Amino acid sequence: MNSAALIIIAVFTLAAALAAATLRKLMHAALSLVVVFVGIAALFFLLGAEFVGLALVFIYVGAVAVLVVFTILLTPRDVGKDRGFNWGGAIVAVAVFGGLTWSILNTQSLAVVAPHMPALTVKQIGKTLMTIYVWPLQCVGLLLTAALIGALILVMEEKR
Amino acid sequence: MSNSIDQVFVHAKQWLLSSLTGSPGWVVQVASILINIFMLLAVFLTLFALISVLERKILARMQNRYGPNRVGPFGLFQPIADGIKMLIKEDIVPARADKIVHFLAPVHIAAVAILTLGVIPYGRNMTPFTIDGGILFFFAVGSATELAVFMAGWGSNNKFSMLGAMRAIAQMFSYELPLIITALPVVMVVGSLTPDRIVAAQAGYTFDLVPRWFVFTPWGAAAFVLFFVSGLVESNRTPFDVPEGESEIVAGHMTEYSGFKYATFFMAEYIGMFAVSGLATTLFLGGWHAPARILEIIPSYVWFFVKLGSLLFVYIWVRGTLPRTRIDQMMNFAWKFMLPMAFTCVIAAAVWHYAGRGLRGWLWSFLVIAIVYTALSTLLDTRRKFAPRVYRFAE
Repeated sequence: MNSAALIIIAVFTLAAALAAATLRKLMHAALSLVVVFVGIAALFFLLGAEFVGLALVFIYVGAVAVLVVFTILLTPRDVGKDRGFNWGGAIVAVAVFGGLTWSILNTQSLAVVAPHMPALTVKQIGKTLMTIYVWPLQCVGLLLTAALIGALILVMEEKR
Repeated sequence: MSNSIDQVFVHAKQWLLSSLTGSPGWVVQVASILINIFMLLAVFLTLFALISVLERKILARMQNRYGPNRVGPFGLFQPIADGIKMLIKEDIVPARADKIVHFLAPVHIAAVAILTLGVIPYGRNMTPFTIDGGILFFFAVGSATELAVFMAGWGSNNKFSMLGAMRAIAQMFSYELPLIITALPVVMVVGSLTPDRIVAAQAGYTFDLVPRWFVFTPWGAAAFVLFFVSGLVESNRTPFDVPEGESEIVAGHMTEYSGFKYATFFMAEYIGMFAVSGLATTLFLGGWHAPARILEIIPSYVWFFVKLGSLLFVYIWVRGTLPRTRIDQMMNFAWKFMLPMAFTCVIAAAVWHYAGRGLRGWLWSFLVIAIVYTALSTLLDTRRKFAPRVYRFAE
């Protein structure tokens, strides 16, 4: 059942990714990207990593997607202008794909059978975050707060 | 006896599944999931039909008129008539609309609303989908609503729709923060994100009298009120229905929808309301637990739906009573009052925990809430008096 689900999710995600890359209208491409996020979250669910899947839905579908969509809304549209094939993008994409494939094929861990791991609960993740990784967590929090305040200052009305 | 009535739906499902013994494991699994989904849809779509007519009745009573009373006894068959009307209405799609997005928006919003219903425990052993991080699932899926609203606004290619969508997204984003943060103290105190565990933690009675629901602790009461107000905003209900504002932007993101698509939006709004009320019941009102020991003979799911129903009545009551707020009032309220109060609830819950969860903890956390509340209200008081109204347009 799991392998069938894997194939369905993989085909679904890849089709959505292809649509996101090729669709003519920018808004449709952005919405296809959201489908890709959901597909990846489903893959994480299939692997038993519930928390990662939920966080992906939460952050990417709930926040990043709306951000992308708003960016499209607020920037001028130039539909109709055909800039031709994007060679630079293609080269970068092929390079990234090649590099990833090469590194995946060269890893040792693929050769061995994965040991049976007990399902990771949200509680364990929380405990780890709050004990071992508490300093990185605090630093990220501080950074995000600074970014938030910075954004607020940028858009604040100037009082005369 | 009471136990068998309590578990009647669980046993019925097991009996249905027992006819499948001998078939491979995945068939049973899929059948079990399908039964859950079917039950969920049957119960909540019926509740939606019922609430839509009850709301009109209650509002009519509040405004001293009759309300629907023509179809069936007391107008109870009104939703059937409405449903048939919605089904056979012409489906109009604007010529310049983005057809695909316009079509997908109601589908998306209804799917998201129904998904959030799945993690709420409706009775003893009656959670449709038990997920380890159920509360997180609720908020994660619920946050996808904003995208659906945007799709509706964008796909319609209409300035009213777009304005409505922008307003809806602005208010949903602002109030999602207090909504999630007020759920945090409960998660902290219970030490689990699983709804079943949260309900189980609220079992029992203090002094054999007061149930151990979180709403009876100072932090729980404050968090419940904040959660309820945020829930009102999230479901775009009346004091906060700026996105729909019939008098200014027609119906917001739903302007260009007609017939069954409009009905789907309407349904999604109500089901979102049920989901938020259900979560409030689970988090603060003790889920399916009875309010007194003697009343435990009444099945657990009855208690859940009684609590859900009372919350829904408050929703309707508020709609019949309060006028619409302005968008700037709402935003100020969210960021200057709701958010600090939500954080105070988290701190008060921690104080309650470390002062021993007893009477002492109760008093200390009450003190924390009271101090912050008083400080915030004096700080935010603008001392603005009502001035005589000046009409500029007729000069």
